Amino acid sequence: MTATGKYLRIALGVAVIAALIIVPMNFNRYGLYILSQWAVMTIAAMGLNLTLGYAGQVSLAQGAFVGIGAYAAAIMTTQGMPLIAALGVAIVLCFAIGWILGYPALRVQHHYLAFVTLAFSTLAFLVFRNEDWLTKGIYGISNIPRPNVMGFATNRPLPFYYFCLGSLALVSLAMWWLIRSPWGRAFVALRENPVRALSLGIDTRRYTLMAFAIGSALGGVAGTLYAPLTQYIDPVPFNLSLSLDLLMMVIVGGSGFFFGPFLGAMIAVLLPEWLRFTQGYYLMLYAVAVMLLLIYSPTGILGILDRYLVERRTKAASALRAVAKSRLETAP
Amino acid sequence: MSNLLDLLVAGLATGAIYALVAVGFTLLWQTSQTINFAQGEFVMLPAFLMLAVMHAGAPFWLAVILGILLSLLLLGLGFKLLLVDPMLRHGVLPLAIATMALAIGMKEAVKQFFSAEASPFPSIVPAGDVSILGRVVSLQSLGVLALAIAVVIGLTALLNRTSIGHQMQATAQNPTVARIIGIPVERMILFTFLINAFLVALASLLITPIYLAKFSSGEVLGQAAFIAAIVGGFNQVRGAIAGGLLIGVVDNLAAAYVSTQYRAAVPLILLIVIILFRPQGLLGRPEERTV
Repeated sequence: MTATGKYLRIALGVAVIAALIIVPMNFNRYGLYILSQWAVMTIAAMGLNLTLGYAGQVSLAQGAFVGIGAYAAAIMTTQGMPLIAALGVAIVLCFAIGWILGYPALRVQHHYLAFVTLAFSTLAFLVFRNEDWLTKGIYGISNIPRPNVMGFATNRPLPFYYFCLGSLALVSLAMWWLIRSPWGRAFVALRENPVRALSLGIDTRRYTLMAFAIGSALGGVAGTLYAPLTQYIDPVPFNLSLSLDLLMMVIVGGSGFFFGPFLGAMIAVLLPEWLRFTQGYYLMLYAVAVMLLLIYSPTGILGILDRYLVERRTKAASALRAVAKSRLETAP
Repeated sequence: MSNLLDLLVAGLATGAIYALVAVGFTLLWQTSQTINFAQGEFVMLPAFLMLAVMHAGAPFWLAVILGILLSLLLLGLGFKLLLVDPMLRHGVLPLAIATMALAIGMKEAVKQFFSAEASPFPSIVPAGDVSILGRVVSLQSLGVLALAIAVVIGLTALLNRTSIGHQMQATAQNPTVARIIGIPVERMILFTFLINAFLVALASLLITPIYLAKFSSGEVLGQAAFIAAIVGGFNQVRGAIAGGLLIGVVDNLAAAYVSTQYRAAVPLILLIVIILFRPQGLLGRPEERTV
């Protein structure tokens, strides 16, 4: 990468972050709600991207982990406990469950694993719906308070949006560090070729479980933000379709790409809103768009970009080669 | 224990429908590595096609025939040509995701163009009860069971007794070798898609009178069929049949004897246990894992 390219990237990154901070100041309550939802779903999708994109394990349980996190936050904060405590509980709980759920991943792979996690998703939904003493069942939990962050109340939509955005930034930094750490490299090795990874001395069992557990824990983190965002939760949003949506976000954005979940969540959360002018047709159009995208580029949106960049690079390289060759030929 | 017989018959009847759906599911997987997450919606749609034809004023039998033909065209040929063929070379996962999108699209299309309300659907089996062993059993359950069994027997005969069936099985087992020995693999794969479309149309015809035609009815059904396919053996037609019947019976018994709240959990726990201890399914062959 050239130096200008690097500066361009940094400038683009700064511009995007500035836009995310400044532009929403003029948004109405609903716009801020949608953007906050985007930030929350991005966190959940990032977790799934770690499991799927980096460790190569298909999970259909991410929605259930969001649910667990949301219920932990709802139950604890309505009892007067701080959100940070709920966050801790959610992370530990989701990490542990993810770890246990990862065990089938060691025995079975691909579609079987998808179905084990699918089963877990449905079981979690049944628990949310039926264990009235804990989750208030179908009536749901209302009046979930929004947290105070360092003395600032986030009750109003704009501060809460910043709270979500800040959480997203923290999670992104942690993830950025993680995938560049030896762990992240081990995850990639695992995805690319498990047998070779094993022969390189990577403890594939441990890393598969780890990828599952960390990915699940991020689902829990997203859940603890989701509960105060909506301020009311019932079992319905956490059924299987949330897990399917999250999986779709990761694939559509580009699984295995760092920014894939950001784009995927943007499409899944914002595109239906933009298509709302089409009234009842918006989900239909969304489905068609997803299918067309996947037919055109099965590696998602970032896959298109990646292909384009690789192509340009090979073209540039072959142009250089051609120049070098002609120089060699004309040289005396 | 008094109504055990009723429960068994009702369970076998729904189980037989699950089996039809699960068989199509395993056929697609075997011949073209397609995991069709829209399989439940595939069962939902034919009923609406038939209803649409009936609303146009056609008699029921004509609607059934047209509905099955439309289903072959849309869910068999159209699904293969427009979605599976362009995506197949990209691998299992993008295609699976695309079928999820297809499921959303189909649900929304029916909701938008037809109705968000549940519509009644005429039954091809007369209502009423018959008496067996001194117990009253619903005629509808028996009829559904009998029809589904007839279809399953017909399908097994097709697969095991006819030349086309043998060619299809060869294609399923090893497409490369099948191609070498001169089997028109592409045509066989198309046949499996058409058979799947036919099976889902039949399942639709059998199950919709019981549960009404609703745009969202595919969700539960698709999941039950998946579980049936996996429990029985992902790569075996007879496994899918056994799995379907088992899930139907277990589901009904669980609703009666365990708890209605957690009835959906019982097949799932069965699923997890089976995947952990016998990942290839009850009747399945172990699949060689390619790394």
